[in-house]
Amino acid sequence: MRENENVILSFAIMAVLIVFVGVFQSWGVALSILNLCLISAVMSIGVNIQWGYAGLINFGVMGFTALGGLAAVLVSVNPVREAWSVGGIEILVSIGLILLLVLAIKVISKKIVPSKKRNILIGIIIVLFIIIIRTISGPAIEAIESVNPATQGFLGGLGLPIIFSWIVGGLFAALVAFVIGKVALGLRSDYLAIATLLISGIIVSIVKHEDWLSRGVKNVIGMKRPAPYEIDLQQAEWFINLVTFLNSSKLNLINDVIKKEKFLNQLVMDASTIFVKLCFAGLFSTVVIILLILTQKALYSPWGRMMRAIRDNEEAAKAMGKNVVKQHLNIFIIGSSIIGMAGAMLVTYDGLFTPVSYQPLRYTFLIWIMVIIGGTGNNYGSVLGAFIVWFLWIEAAPISLFLINILTSNIDHSNEFKKHLINSVPYFRFIIMGIGLLFIMRYRPKGLLPEKIKIQKI
Amino acid sequence: MDFLNAIVLIANFVIVPALTYGSQLALGAIGVTLIYGILRFANFAYGDLMAFGTMISILITWKFQSMGITFGFLPTALLALPFAVVVTIIVSLIFDKYIFEYYRIKKSPGVTLIVVSLGLMFVLNGIVRIVIGTGDKQFFDGHKFLIKANEFKELTGLNEGLAIKSTQLITLITTVIIALMLFWFLEKTKTGKSMRAYSNNEDLALLSGIDPSRVVMITWVIASILATVAGTLYGLDKSFKPFTYFNNLLPIFAAAIVGGIGNPIGAFFGGFLVAFSEIMITYAYKKVLIYLLPESLEPTSLMQLLSTDYKFAVSFSILVIVLLFRPNGIFKGKVL
Repeated sequence: MRENENVILSFAIMAVLIVFVGVFQSWGVALSILNLCLISAVMSIGVNIQWGYAGLINFGVMGFTALGGLAAVLVSVNPVREAWSVGGIEILVSIGLILLLVLAIKVISKKIVPSKKRNILIGIIIVLFIIIIRTISGPAIEAIESVNPATQGFLGGLGLPIIFSWIVGGLFAALVAFVIGKVALGLRSDYLAIATLLISGIIVSIVKHEDWLSRGVKNVIGMKRPAPYEIDLQQAEWFINLVTFLNSSKLNLINDVIKKEKFLNQLVMDASTIFVKLCFAGLFSTVVIILLILTQKALYSPWGRMMRAIRDNEEAAKAMGKNVVKQHLNIFIIGSSIIGMAGAMLVTYDGLFTPVSYQPLRYTFLIWIMVIIGGTGNNYGSVLGAFIVWFLWIEAAPISLFLINILTSNIDHSNEFKKHLINSVPYFRFIIMGIGLLFIMRYRPKGLLPEKIKIQKI
Repeated sequence: MDFLNAIVLIANFVIVPALTYGSQLALGAIGVTLIYGILRFANFAYGDLMAFGTMISILITWKFQSMGITFGFLPTALLALPFAVVVTIIVSLIFDKYIFEYYRIKKSPGVTLIVVSLGLMFVLNGIVRIVIGTGDKQFFDGHKFLIKANEFKELTGLNEGLAIKSTQLITLITTVIIALMLFWFLEKTKTGKSMRAYSNNEDLALLSGIDPSRVVMITWVIASILATVAGTLYGLDKSFKPFTYFNNLLPIFAAAIVGGIGNPIGAFFGGFLVAFSEIMITYAYKKVLIYLLPESLEPTSLMQLLSTDYKFAVSFSILVIVLLFRPNGIFKGKVL
């Protein structure tokens, strides 16, 4: 039972820290930290399933996140009818041809015995298809991209509510994870790390440069929201009444009517942003809680036991008749689809899709630090890790500014060295994260909340 | 004449840049592969070690420049390079002592060491950004061009010019010298042989009295030399930006694996293979074909296999293909 106390205690400390930020900085900052902590928690649950349950290194987190983001665009943005009419059919045909190509390669490699001739045949077919696809899609892409390029220039999406994209993002990621898994899962663990890192680079470069699909580096802005908009809230009767009611004691102190009106307006503005963030927090924490329940159930089910057995001794598990390759593929797909879902959630929260922002440091390695600091193999651990690491990531700058000011308090403000340090405050977060990871790996390699292993008494 | 023009065109836009870029990748890939062979883990901090080494040589270069020391027509950075190498060696030995040694003694699996190197990556990343900032840094001086495109045109009377930057030649020469020295060291000297033995079979090497700590130390020394040199050459040729060094780590890994990880000669050729395919696949051959083909067959499109946006994707795809068909790399890996 001590472990449970640890879990509750550490989450309580985290809650206090966030409240602390709310009181001393602002509630807006505190809530956005909370929201991103929750999204990061979903990602780290995904990584933990792969790394903690099965010991698979997936450094492709960034790629799956980007896919989730792409899903959010494709689901929620309204379709651009003009673009569809100029090039929609050609694009669909090209996609069909790509599928046909994959099918053809599959059939050839199954039907014809491996030989040099077969490889040459496959090569010729690939080149042929690429030429055909490029001649069909090239003009179509140009036409699509020239449709109102300042705001559109892409096919748009389905125009559905964005919340569906969370599921679609998961499906996208699962599909790609299936392909990657088929290709890369047979590799040794360190090769898998490098291969997934590189493949995620390919995914991001596609999202970045295929403008007809995702507007690429031009970004998609102003996406739909599952939560109300601030401006609507500020005009809604019930919301103003609610704010007035909550702040009645403060408002009653002001006698001047105009001043009172102004103060109330300010309050309503502040409250509306906080309300929107609270809505998001509610949605995100529902997802995190559902995932936690499901993953905990899975971890202590026969399936979870089998995964741990495979992780701890692959040979023994094979000898027991477990299909290791298949199980690895399954878990790679499940973990990746959770990451893809988080990617869609992230774009939903930001309200914009910026392919340039997908950097491995932020989206792959930071998530890994979360999982390892929190505790590999323990779902509560990885959620806790997400909270701690994201909190530090945001609060590192103010904390290090504070420390620099204390340590250099006897140095004059015009000192070049001090100025330089203060200017580079944002980069201290990298050092803090790195040192944190190194310390955890050295002195608490199982993380803050280590994996719980239930031993059943016979 | 048209034929010569086509050749010059290709030399200017494909061969010269690919040779330069390939040299930089090759040096880095040898470093990665040596660490993999001896220390048995993929060092993700290597890109940032390159950035760190380059940062030191930039700082020393600036110091020299402010003191009025230059290196004639060569860039001052070459003069600063040996000092930077020494600093980088010391730093990476310190890192080894306080970070990696513990896991080596514990015989932790390679996966753990990858994660540890991630931590070091973040630390180095932070240090570089704090010390020198994230912006573009120029530290090149001396003669910029060996031969300019216009001069070449006048000299030969061809339509196409060939421009060779002095940094490109310096890169190539330095790479060849360092690679030859390294291969001589690994093949002929006793220490080099002991390193190869250690990489090949650790237990046997220990039995025959090879001192593991010495082998590890020399590996870090060589890896730091390579990182600093490759990083500085890259910075001279393009420009220094901490961010690009992490991005370069990926093609470097691709080069090391394509060549067979743990195999320095493979890594050397892997670097050139990756560089050439990246540039050749993303080059638009329209002009070349206009020179070569009769007028009736002249192409109208760019004749480009992939747009330059996918430069990195090419090296990754090569890696994926190699991993699929020859998981041990083109040259057999895991032997120094």
